[in-house]
Amino acid sequence: MTFWETVGLVALTALKSLVLLSALLVFIAYALLADRKIWAAVQLRRGPNVVGPFGLFQSFADLIKFVIKEPVIPAGANKAIFLLAPMVFATLALASWAVIPLADGWAIADINVGITYIFAISSLGVYGVIMGGWASNSKYAFLGALRSAAQMISYEVSLGFVIICVLLCAGSLNLSRIVMAQDTSLGLFGWYWFWLFPMFVVFFISALAETNRPPFDLPEAESELVAGYMVEYSSTPYLLFMLGEYVAIMTMCALGTVLFLGGWLSPIPFAPFTWVPGLIWFALKASFLFFMIAMVKAMVPRYRYDQLMRLGWKVFLPLSLVSVVVVAFVLKLTGLAPGA
Amino acid sequence: MKLDQVARGLLLREFVSGFILAMKYFFKPKATINYPFEMGHRGPRFRGEHALRRYPNGEERCIACKLCEAICPAQAITIEAGPRRNDGTRRTTRYDIDMVKCIYCGMCQEACPVDAIVEGPNSEFSVETREELLYDKQKLLDNGDRWEREIARNIAIDAPYR
Repeated sequence: MTFWETVGLVALTALKSLVLLSALLVFIAYALLADRKIWAAVQLRRGPNVVGPFGLFQSFADLIKFVIKEPVIPAGANKAIFLLAPMVFATLALASWAVIPLADGWAIADINVGITYIFAISSLGVYGVIMGGWASNSKYAFLGALRSAAQMISYEVSLGFVIICVLLCAGSLNLSRIVMAQDTSLGLFGWYWFWLFPMFVVFFISALAETNRPPFDLPEAESELVAGYMVEYSSTPYLLFMLGEYVAIMTMCALGTVLFLGGWLSPIPFAPFTWVPGLIWFALKASFLFFMIAMVKAMVPRYRYDQLMRLGWKVFLPLSLVSVVVVAFVLKLTGLAPGA
Repeated sequence: MKLDQVARGLLLREFVSGFILAMKYFFKPKATINYPFEMGHRGPRFRGEHALRRYPNGEERCIACKLCEAICPAQAITIEAGPRRNDGTRRTTRYDIDMVKCIYCGMCQEACPVDAIVEGPNSEFSVETREELLYDKQKLLDNGDRWEREIARNIAIDAPYR
């Protein structure tokens, strides 16, 4: 590869990333609004409806509000780490979108260890939380960070085993190839949510815990820890934490779409439906998962901390561990294992 | 019992029934109103912002009897009285209500023999400084002029029950 080819490649990748990030952030702005609207609708409220038609510009108004507010840094805080933490959190959350295939061949980096990359990046996200909680030099923030760390680590274990089940079926760590492995003549029922339904449920619940969403939002339990690790944050640093959180939620939705809902594939595998661009199917599926996550927030009360740990270690871990063994056995015995 | 519980947990029965219930509420009519754009109902006895009323000919009703000042449990009203310059009738030269002290009990309007001081239907009089809540006579008379129609209507509706 010549020098100019390399420069061109870098520029192209940067451009692709820019397009993806802006599209993603706009999508998340509306996901955030949808989240608030759904939550409001279940509680018989109206939700934000003043800024723009039906409140459609609410997220942008909030963005401006956060940016022009004064960032308060506590006197006892470790200033550098305090400001670094939200950046780490938001950047890592955005970074995992590099490998997600939005449509056939539409991944910025179609790498062979895509799933491992996402898993590693989302595990690193907890550093942002711990740094923020520790650097704030506040009891509430510190407790929130500790809870968050323990929770994310606990649920990552079962999440890992769930992903292993999918990998056993798909025979690849490449996200695009995982989607293609679900491309059967069965359409909707060829995807892994049907064949690995219990694992899909475990994945969904673990994703909630992994992204600190209700009912597992103990790190920011507002009735006891005020706002957890974010308690000392204001203005743009707070915005970055909030953004990172929602990006992480969308990542989990996208990951669920890729692993269990057949990515960009059409649910009905013949003509009029297969003409619809894959990106639209992908967005619809991710939005469906996001809707479910938003509904869970509206209808499930918060778990107690020991219940959270019990669910993670005593229910999900054995369940997913047994599932890995069962799936492996079934694949081996029926000869369905990829490459067998 | 335990097995039953486990089976229900695995089948997500509670989650599904909760989801169905939540979806029912999702499509129900909203219980809230668009507050700044729509107002909820307010009864004729609503005790809001104070106003000093006038007679239809423009003469102020207040005769400076100071009954409201006497009855005010929060001692929010301050009145000074004297003969008016042009005709020598007894009038207030000063009528102040400290809206910060006021507890909106409505005793002043009950005490008033001429329906001069009333608590009108307005509840949206928030201000940015404390000083703006120290109402003087002019402010109260202006309120009376602004809200006279609603105040007269409310008094008329409530009259049979007094």
